[in-house]
Parts: sequence; structure tokens; C-alpha cells
Amino acid sequence: MQRTVLLAATLAVVAMVGSALAAPVNYKTPDEVAAFKPGPNLEVVQGNCTACHSSDYIATQPPMKDKKGFWQAEVTKMIKVYGAPIDDADVGKIVDYLAATY
Amino acid sequence: MFDRRDLLKGAGLAALTATLNSTRALALDTITLPMGNGERPLVKYPQKRPMISLTSRPPQLETPFAVFNDGPITPNNAFFVRYHLAGLPYDLDPDKFTLEIKGKVDKPLKLSLKDIRKMKATEIVAVNQCSGNSRGFSEPRVAGGQLANGAMGNARWRGVPLKTVLEMAGVQAGAKQVVFGGMDGPVSDKTPDFAKALDLDHATDGEVMLAYGMNGDDLPFLNGFPLRLVVPGYYGTYWVKHLNEITVIDNVFDGFWMKSAYRIPDTPNNSIEPGTTPKATIPINRFTIRSFITSVTDGAKLKAGRTTLRGIAFDSGKGIKDVQVSTDGGKTWASAKLGKDLGNYSFREWKLPVKLAAGEVELKVRATSNSGETQPDTPRWNPAGYLRNVVETTRVRVA
Repeated sequence: MQRTVLLAATLAVVAMVGSALAAPVNYKTPDEVAAFKPGPNLEVVQGNCTACHSSDYIATQPPMKDKKGFWQAEVTKMIKVYGAPIDDADVGKIVDYLAATY
Repeated sequence: MFDRRDLLKGAGLAALTATLNSTRALALDTITLPMGNGERPLVKYPQKRPMISLTSRPPQLETPFAVFNDGPITPNNAFFVRYHLAGLPYDLDPDKFTLEIKGKVDKPLKLSLKDIRKMKATEIVAVNQCSGNSRGFSEPRVAGGQLANGAMGNARWRGVPLKTVLEMAGVQAGAKQVVFGGMDGPVSDKTPDFAKALDLDHATDGEVMLAYGMNGDDLPFLNGFPLRLVVPGYYGTYWVKHLNEITVIDNVFDGFWMKSAYRIPDTPNNSIEPGTTPKATIPINRFTIRSFITSVTDGAKLKAGRTTLRGIAFDSGKGIKDVQVSTDGGKTWASAKLGKDLGNYSFREWKLPVKLAAGEVELKVRATSNSGETQPDTPRWNPAGYLRNVVETTRVRVA
């Protein structure tokens, strides 16, 4: 099944490149590999974080000594810098999930 | 600008659904990068061979390091991918693509891809390296994309000098900077759109290029199809992909991605005491000089006796003068033979026959540029993990 999908995708690209400037690109990325790990307030995290980025952004961060401080700073950055519309009531839940899970 | 919003809504929703219901994985295999929490899936994207997946939305793909031992040119299907924002122009139509040149110009222009391809083309071989390349080796560790050394690549870029296009538009007196925008953008309109700026002198130096070709082919979609900026010697953050907007301004651009992000300490060597915060910062700019052994991987077991070590070196455009190699942990050094010169902005291959004695051996490599810049023995440190160029050490067991 997976191989068939891959093969089809490969053929589509060959067709696309072969036809040069003839058609819209219609580029297809593979299905997302990553998913959030189970943990407290998982649904709050899914609801707030996944609109803009996949969960591997979180899973690949380095192991830090002060997990809570690290994740608090990251969540604050998402809100203040990137404009994530996160309710005040959710911030603590998200930080707790991240510190406990990653 | 294309009607990105509609595309975005569709793409975002589809991606969200995929995330929430995702039980399938398209990972072919995994690779463990030599850093804490370094396990990554290898994922196959259209137009790409299996690549190290850092993130899937937006896509960020690192080149498996073994590719750099295959030759000085990085194949298009192995070239790293870095996006900031998940709104990619997946459905862009090259026939309808236009590049707009506007702002402080006498004659604003809208050029089609055909217009640009009809102009006199130039080529340059140049390294593109992500500012965050090697961030995962920063110690103490820092937040951000945790990359090993594979967010770099060297390609033959084909296109037209930015200078030519700016001359066609007629830059007005008093212009200071040129701002570049691409078709990729944020999912939320509260997120700052990605845009970068160069000083006018730099933008009109004749080397900065609007590239549509890469190693004899069109740009792969994920490397900025159909047009990207090429800024030789400068970090990849300036190499704006899916480039469709060039704006000449008479002040210094204060967008987020220049003013707040991609900053380095304004100190000698742009380095500070690890774990501290810089007092003042400047925008990241030119590459630091680097070199790597590509023929031997860390932890490898080698036979005692004669062997030939190979690798690559590059700098920000002065060109590589010398590459020295040590097989005794840095006590003694020997100059390697440099490979074919593909230009000052290219990877420069090197090789050196050595004789290895049995035991635990530390191999080191250190490049020097034509301007005398060389690599430090101790790593620089800055809060974003940029500019790594410490002399790299490859530990091997010889028996």
C-alpha cells in the first residue's frame, strides 16, 4: 500500500517535471509522520499547536534541565512572537503537558 | 501574490485532519544524529531521495551526511529543505507566476518566468547553508531546529543577476535596501510573513542572483521553484524561496525576520559566554569558514596502515587556500591536496594519504581561506546556535 502510494507520487513528479511549464505544480507532501505523545491535557495541545506546525517541532527539542522554564519560554514565544491565539487559561495546561511529556 | 489564503485554508485543514487521525507513518527508516534526542525518521518526499526529517509541517529536511562524500555538487534530490511557515504554494502555476519589482523604482515591473528565462543567464557554483546548521551540537543546547551538519549543500545555480532586474526597474536616488518576499507564508495572519532585506550595495553587486536553475534542472519545488534568491557566501535565510516580490525601500527594513530573528551577538567572533544573553545584536550575514572529513564517520573502525582521507571545505567567498589534517588529535598537521576549483563560493574538495597507527585516533581537519580566516579550536556560542565552525573531530578506532 505504502509502496504503491510512493510509486504513484514518484510517477506524478516525473510527469510534472517532464511537462515543464504546462501545469500547476500540485506538490503533495507525504502524510505526517509525527503525532503528539499521550499526556495530560493532550487535547488542549492538539487544539492549540497543530494549526501552525507538526508535533515533531516539539519532539525534536533538546533535553533541557529546566523543562518547565524551557517550555514556558517556548509557549510565550509562540504567543508573543508568532501570534498564536492561545487562551490564557490554556497556557499553564500546555506548559504542564510539554514539561511532563517531552 | 497568488490567492494563498484559500490554498492555505485547504492545506491547513487537511494537515490538521492528518495529524489528528494519523496512525500511518511514511518513515522508511530512522537515523540517530550524534546529539541528545537525535533520533529522526528518514522520509521520502516527491523529487527527493530519503532525507532526514526534522519537521513535517512545514517541511524541514536534512541531507544525510554521506552525500557529501559523493562529490562537490549536492544533487537536487538530496539538497536540504528549510521552511519557517506552513503556508506553502503547493498549487503554484509556473505559467501564471510573476515577479513584481516595486517601491523606490522609476518603472515598477511584473516579470513572468518566460521574461526572466529570456534574459541573459549567468551561473555560479555556491554553497547554501542554513543559519541553524549544526545547532544540535551547541553546548549548552539551545532551542530551535536541532540539525546536525547536513543543512548545507553546494549547487550550480542558473539565473539572472538581481542587478540587471533592478537596473531595468531604475532604482531611485535615496534607496537603501531591497526587501524580498516569497509565496510561502504563515497559516495565521498574526504570524509575521517571511521577508528578508539586503543593503542596496549588496543587492547590486552583480553576484546576488534570481535563480531558476539548479544543477542543470529546474529548482525542486521544496528548494523554491520556480525562482529563488541566491546570495553567495551568505546564510540561507537570505535565499528567499518562491520569490515573487522585490521592494526597494529608502530606509532599513524592520520586519520581524530581520529585526528580531536571525540575529548574532555584536561582539568579536559574534560569540558570547555560553548561557548568557548578548547586549547588542546584528543580523546574521556571511558564513564562517568550515571543513569536514567526509570519507570516515565518527566511531568508525579502520585498518592500521595507509589510507586516504577525503573531505570538503568552504568559506564565505574568499576561497580556500589550505586544508590541514591531523591524525594525532591536533598535535601535528599536514596540508591536504585540494580538488578542482569550482569558484570561491563552492565546496572545495580535499584529500590526503595518511598512515594510521593502531589505537583510538582523533582525526581533525582545519581550513584556511585566502584572507587568512581559519577555524577555532573551541566552539563559538550564541543563543541561537549559529555560526558553528569549530575544528571538527572524528574519532575512529584503528586496528
